[in-house]
Amino acid sequence: MPRDDGIGASVRRKEDFRFVTGQGSYTDDLNRHGQTYAAFVRSPHAHATLNSVNTSAAAAMDGVVAIFTGQDLLDAEVNGLPCGWQVHSKDGEPMVEPAHPALAQGKVRHVGDAVAVVIAETLSQARAAAEAVAVDYGMLPAVGNMTAAKAGKAQIFEEAPNNQCYDWEIGDEAEIDAAMAKATHVVELPLVNNRLIANPIEPRVAIGDYDTATGEHTLFTTSQNPHVIRLLMGAFVLGLPEHKLRVVAPDVGGGFGTKIFHYAEEAIVTWAAAKVRRPIKWTSDRSEAFMSDAHGRDHETVAKLGLDADGKFLALKVQTDANMGAYLSTFAPAVPTYLYATLLAGQYTTPLVYANVRAWFTNTVPVDAYRGAGRPEATYVIEQIVEEAARQIGMDPADLRAKNFISPDAVPYQTPVALEYDSGNYAGTLEMAKKAINYDGFAARQAASKAAGKLRGIGFSAYIEACGIAPSAVVGSLGARAGLYEVANVRVHPTGSVTMHTGTHSHGQGHETTFAQVVAERLGVPIENVDVVHGDTNNIPFGMGTYGSRSLAVGGSALAKALDKVEAKAKKIAAHLMEASDTDVEFKDGQFTIAGTDKSVSFGDVALTAYVPHNFPHDELEPGLEEQAFYDPANFTFPAGCHIAEVEIDPETGTVTLANFVAADDFGNIVNPMIVEGQVHGGIAQGVGQALLEGCVYDEDGQLVTGSYMDYAMPRADNLPNFTVDTQVTPCPHNPLGVKGCGEAGAIAAPAAVMNAVTGAMRAAGVTKPIDMPATPSEVWAALHAS
Amino acid sequence: MASVSMTINGKQVSGEVEGRTLLVEFLREHQRLTGTHVGCDTTQCGACTIHMNGEAVKSCTMLAVQAEGADVSTIEGLANGDELHPMQEAFREHHGLQCGFCTPGMIMSATALAKRNPSPSEDDVRHWLEGNLCRCTGYHNIVKAVMAGARAMNA
Amino acid sequence: MYEFNYQKAGSVADAAAKVAGADDGTLMAGGMTLIPTLKQRLAMPSDVVDIGQLADLQGISVAGGKVSIGSMTTHDTVANSADVKGAIPALAVLASGIGDPMVRNRGTMGGSVANNDPAADYPGAVLGLGATVVTDKREIAGDAFFTGMFETALDEGEIITRIDFPVPTKAAYTKFPNPASRYAIVGVFVAQTADGVRVAVTGAGGTAFRATEMEAALNANFSPSALDGISVSSDGLNKDIHASAEYRAHLIGVMAKRAVAACG
Repeated sequence: MPRDDGIGASVRRKEDFRFVTGQGSYTDDLNRHGQTYAAFVRSPHAHATLNSVNTSAAAAMDGVVAIFTGQDLLDAEVNGLPCGWQVHSKDGEPMVEPAHPALAQGKVRHVGDAVAVVIAETLSQARAAAEAVAVDYGMLPAVGNMTAAKAGKAQIFEEAPNNQCYDWEIGDEAEIDAAMAKATHVVELPLVNNRLIANPIEPRVAIGDYDTATGEHTLFTTSQNPHVIRLLMGAFVLGLPEHKLRVVAPDVGGGFGTKIFHYAEEAIVTWAAAKVRRPIKWTSDRSEAFMSDAHGRDHETVAKLGLDADGKFLALKVQTDANMGAYLSTFAPAVPTYLYATLLAGQYTTPLVYANVRAWFTNTVPVDAYRGAGRPEATYVIEQIVEEAARQIGMDPADLRAKNFISPDAVPYQTPVALEYDSGNYAGTLEMAKKAINYDGFAARQAASKAAGKLRGIGFSAYIEACGIAPSAVVGSLGARAGLYEVANVRVHPTGSVTMHTGTHSHGQGHETTFAQVVAERLGVPIENVDVVHGDTNNIPFGMGTYGSRSLAVGGSALAKALDKVEAKAKKIAAHLMEASDTDVEFKDGQFTIAGTDKSVSFGDVALTAYVPHNFPHDELEPGLEEQAFYDPANFTFPAGCHIAEVEIDPETGTVTLANFVAADDFGNIVNPMIVEGQVHGGIAQGVGQALLEGCVYDEDGQLVTGSYMDYAMPRADNLPNFTVDTQVTPCPHNPLGVKGCGEAGAIAAPAAVMNAVTGAMRAAGVTKPIDMPATPSEVWAALHAS
Repeated sequence: MASVSMTINGKQVSGEVEGRTLLVEFLREHQRLTGTHVGCDTTQCGACTIHMNGEAVKSCTMLAVQAEGADVSTIEGLANGDELHPMQEAFREHHGLQCGFCTPGMIMSATALAKRNPSPSEDDVRHWLEGNLCRCTGYHNIVKAVMAGARAMNA
Repeated sequence: MYEFNYQKAGSVADAAAKVAGADDGTLMAGGMTLIPTLKQRLAMPSDVVDIGQLADLQGISVAGGKVSIGSMTTHDTVANSADVKGAIPALAVLASGIGDPMVRNRGTMGGSVANNDPAADYPGAVLGLGATVVTDKREIAGDAFFTGMFETALDEGEIITRIDFPVPTKAAYTKFPNPASRYAIVGVFVAQTADGVRVAVTGAGGTAFRATEMEAALNANFSPSALDGISVSSDGLNKDIHASAEYRAHLIGVMAKRAVAACG
């Protein structure tokens, strides 16, 4: 009988008691003895020279402890923020990688660029003094968007004369042009992937502390990956060795990518706390978050798909411009290249794919990974142009997709854009989704809507993502400056309870439950006796953190390997106790037995023996029962599936109502179905948000127009329906749990599904050109009105 | 500085505050009741929702002095020791939370709804939660939890 | 927030005196606009005089063909008042759509009307019902009250004490919300009153205004189709990232028709 707390069970979350009772411990809930408060002076201008920064009046104000400027950081030899990935242009030149000072030096390059930091006894005093810092800005023309960047409206960096960061390609352009020339149908589509702001509900917080007795620096921060922050900040920015730098990410209130990156505020509070010999706390308010958290997406693309007379895809050519913002954030260069263009084959057998990606600097907040990171952009391109092709050649969009799917028999499948898909059954999820939404009944529903004066549309999105990031050797060859393995430590205590340490980080994903289920299943201990610890570099051996749907696929695999080691050692101890050979020992449901005998010892007895080794094979084993494993994945994992959206449009107002949304996903094996469903729901909501509501807008002068929830439309409960989600299982063949990752699927798949539904609905009203995201009422009405 | 007194979770408390001290600051910083969170500065996210004199309010958009003499309850006052309030239990049972940051405000808002409407429909819940943002769950499980929690509260 | 002196008013007269006596005093009703403004450091009053709790300014009564609502009555109270629902259901509907439940528990009618945000709902009702704004000094006709964006006929320190809404034959309010803020992009209040039809538009312009051409058409024929030929000019209407002036002009027609239909 399967355990009710093991793999495959919808175990209620261990972490929830503290969260529902208000006892979570988020960074802003922490206070250090003698703590001071930081407030940043931020540029109100998008592009200006810093003629002078006068802090004398502010320094004299009540409660001010210290004020630091970019010059102070320069004098103290504090380096700029590093970029973690180097992309090379097609001519072989490395990307332009300008310095990113933690506090602006010489110039400010976006609204919100930090100019100085004020540290004071209270937050009010810090804010008041920050206002009194007199900055003389020399206004420069600002590059508010990529069009202005290309046109050279202003030059943002000396080393990037044309504001270009890189000009990268994958595939053979000449070959693709030749194939395109022979195609019966060529469909061309311009697409914009709108700029988004991740908006975890917990704003970023950083607390720096310094122990004068030990010389240890501590940073408490809202991070998805404390070890990565320690690495980047310690080695590159502050020059602090790991053994004197502790980074703690306690309960974190959502991340969605934007809490991966190393931010200036983290380095500044850590450095300055040692300077002023006092702890320093910085808490972002939401307005500050809008102009200092890394943004996401912001691509402009022209895609071209060639098909033969039967509708088989022959070639896909993609030209994309990607906005990097004013500086290169931690993973920014990788997002529109290796996390994007390598997915452009999608679920299809398209034999030739070519992409050229140009990245541009603009006077906007840096852009980096946001839930899905590159893969939503790729899915949007593929699934929009496939839908458009179906319309133009008059085929059912589901049939056109099915016709071009990579068949399960062809897996493992080498795509033309570097990746080797390891598993999948795309027709399976397409059929599952069609059934769930009652595709055959759509015509009747559309007629009913029409009778009520409404337009109805249905849209598909058959997506694939590369997750479980990532094989270190592969990403290293592509420019990553770190490895992307994961680490797990399993500490069995003398009485048989277990503490498991993981280098991944949970900020909503429920690792404390999922990982504990794996331990409970494998060791046969009740889940209450398993604690999962994460988020503190002093407690965890090492780790690369949580992003790219990697935690279970990579971190869970490390756990499985550590458990293998625990089991192997425990068997030897059990064999000794039972006076048998360890090769004869079987372990199941927490009992060690010898086949064909009635000999048996419990896991608890073995644990106790390991720590009270009176009767112990000392010549063969060390006492204790604690094992650690690093796991470097053999390949990416490839979650895939099909989402279908159905929308209804009120043509009088342009309002789009999401009438139904179904998801059929293949995440491989599933440890906790309840948690997986929750992850899918959340991803869908963010994808629907991108399609219908959210859009970060800068004006031509680089002023942020959507600087608060008054203008940036977040999905609310009444914007969304209930979702129907289901899964198919084709296990991942190359990791021990057979899992693929589920955190990003919804955000990857949903935008194309929703927009295909919107486009389909509008087509019935004579609008033939797809509109861009977000399909707000005003945009939909304008397009309907113009037709 | 002004002195302010109020009842919080059944306990009489008082403190010295500035006129500008927000109620949420009084709760979090003065009373160390950090279950009430702050997620925005434009009165939209609802993470700071508490009850004042039995009604849900946003404690980030009230001065502490405005709560003089009031009966305030926060997320910390809901459970009875280890025994969860039915709405808390419903959120746990229906996976109505992920990162947990919006959760205290969601639960306080939801209990206020349940007092008015013992058996809310899905539409009722979605409409009521207009003032509470969640970025993790897509609301699907929150809505389920609130419907179930309201029924359990009124059972 | 900048530092300020918080003063709780004991009466309307006390509030007026406290504001008058301050260097730069401001009245606070429910605080739903003022407190966020202070938090953003966009205002720096020396004194905040709180009138939100004044008992004299609370309450709802129906008599003599009008609904009188104390200025500090919360949106939630109006939305759930049996008196309001019985006499002017459209007003209860309007109040129930302001902000969210928590905002409605604190925000007040008087605060909203005195602030005169161009996207607020209440100005639509004041104009649409031909209400009378009663202050500590005088009575001001609704038609004369809203003078411009965030501007009203109120003098410095003048305090709204109640608003009298004449009970119409029929009325309805329809709002098209901003997808982000949920304030009105366009809200239309339509009322059939003893003195004829009134159509008030909020959200679309610098301040709420009456759509006189629509009123004339509806006086002749109170049905949605009466508005068919009427196109609203976009001249002078608001435009922002959420709605162009043309879109707002169009929505005025759509919302007006829906409001007429909702009048039944």
